[in-house]
Amino acid sequence: MKTKIAILALQGAFEEHCQVLERLCVESVLIRNLSDWQQPFDGLILPGGESTAMMKVMKDESLFEPIQKVIRNGLPVFGTCAGMILLDDQHLGCMDITVKRNAYGRQLGSFQIFHNIKGIGEVPMVFIRAPYVERVGGRVEILSTLDNHVVAVRQDNMLACSFHPELTEDTRVHRYWLETIVNGKH
Amino acid sequence: MEDRTQLNRNLAQMLKGGVIMDVTTPEQAKIAEAAGACAVMALERIPADIRAAGGVSRMSDPKMIKGIQEAVTIPVMAKCRIGHFAEAQILEAIEIDYIDESEVLSPADDVYHIDKRKFKVPFVCGAKDLGEALRRINEGATMIRTKGEPGTGDIIQAVRHMRMMQSEIRRLVSMSEDELYEAAKQLRVPYELAQFVHENGKLPVVNFAAGGVATPADAALMMQLGAEGVFVGSGIFKSGNPAKRAQAIVKAVTNYNNPEILAELSEDLGEAMVGINEQEIELLMAERGK
Repeated sequence: MKTKIAILALQGAFEEHCQVLERLCVESVLIRNLSDWQQPFDGLILPGGESTAMMKVMKDESLFEPIQKVIRNGLPVFGTCAGMILLDDQHLGCMDITVKRNAYGRQLGSFQIFHNIKGIGEVPMVFIRAPYVERVGGRVEILSTLDNHVVAVRQDNMLACSFHPELTEDTRVHRYWLETIVNGKH
Repeated sequence: MEDRTQLNRNLAQMLKGGVIMDVTTPEQAKIAEAAGACAVMALERIPADIRAAGGVSRMSDPKMIKGIQEAVTIPVMAKCRIGHFAEAQILEAIEIDYIDESEVLSPADDVYHIDKRKFKVPFVCGAKDLGEALRRINEGATMIRTKGEPGTGDIIQAVRHMRMMQSEIRRLVSMSEDELYEAAKQLRVPYELAQFVHENGKLPVVNFAAGGVATPADAALMMQLGAEGVFVGSGIFKSGNPAKRAQAIVKAVTNYNNPEILAELSEDLGEAMVGINEQEIELLMAERGK
């Protein structure tokens, strides 16, 4: 059966994730409200943007609890930047991590670097007013650390990173998630 | 392309599908953030009051901007006058997230805009048409917004500017390659930028609507016309119930294509800003800086 990925499209860079999936020939649907949520899909992407804005709309549109429930029940999920913040123990409470927001400061602190992720290799990493993980729970696997700060993690059905693979031409992080979590046996 | 330019374009991408609200105090900034704003614009007076007060309007007091930076965690933007690169240097020194080189303030230079490539901090600029947008991008702007007519609560100019840009983009897309040279000349823009639009059917940077947005329906209209997000200036804090209106506009931008949701969130918003019609205004801010 063909894989279909839902992308949370409340605010932020959700189109960019669609474009990556398109390049990988994977179908995607945008979730803007509760009625969009009522269709079947095989995985969920939480994109970059402003986590406060997304949280607000997610709660108002009654999406918070359904999203939390399906992720806790094992739906494959991938969060980038604000999406990683949403997954932590202060927000959706799905991953056993605590994320520090704006950890690299304001826009002048934004940067790009080539760096290694476990299981993938060296990829371009774009950090935009980015967070990092400041607490990692026991069941969480650290996939990448930059200057002693954790920037990519995996826990069971969940993958999250501080940076934005969707802003580069490199599709390997998405492919890794699709192959090992969405279509793999996690 | 330089790393910095790319990173600055990327920040604008993160703001897409969101609402950037004008705020004049830390309290207003908190209301905006709680309502779901994706960024705030810190300024001493909102455009409607600038219009009413008259006189020369300038960059805000850095102390006031810092107060707002401390009050919220979302990006904070601030305005400098067109061509006033010293004001821009000051805003960069206080680590503003985005500078709006804005026609809302009194222009400091009637010939030259700021050479925005000299800065690390990103710039958003207003435009009425494709030529203006691409000239600002060539100078280093990494985000574009329609000029609209700030402080009026009248959407007509923002609609005009967005329609103009979109129709000029469609025109470039439909051209044959050898027609692009002449088109670039007429638009007074570099050939490479005209070529980008021809190939991609859009600007190389994010394009927001601004100037005159007062209701959720206004925001939805601009999104359906092709805006990627919305600036709301006077429309929120000049209305009867700012918090409620702010939330409604945020949700309208997310669900701009869903009339049922728009109907629901347009209910009971209280008094909208009174506004002025375009025929009644004496000062057209959109005519500043081309």
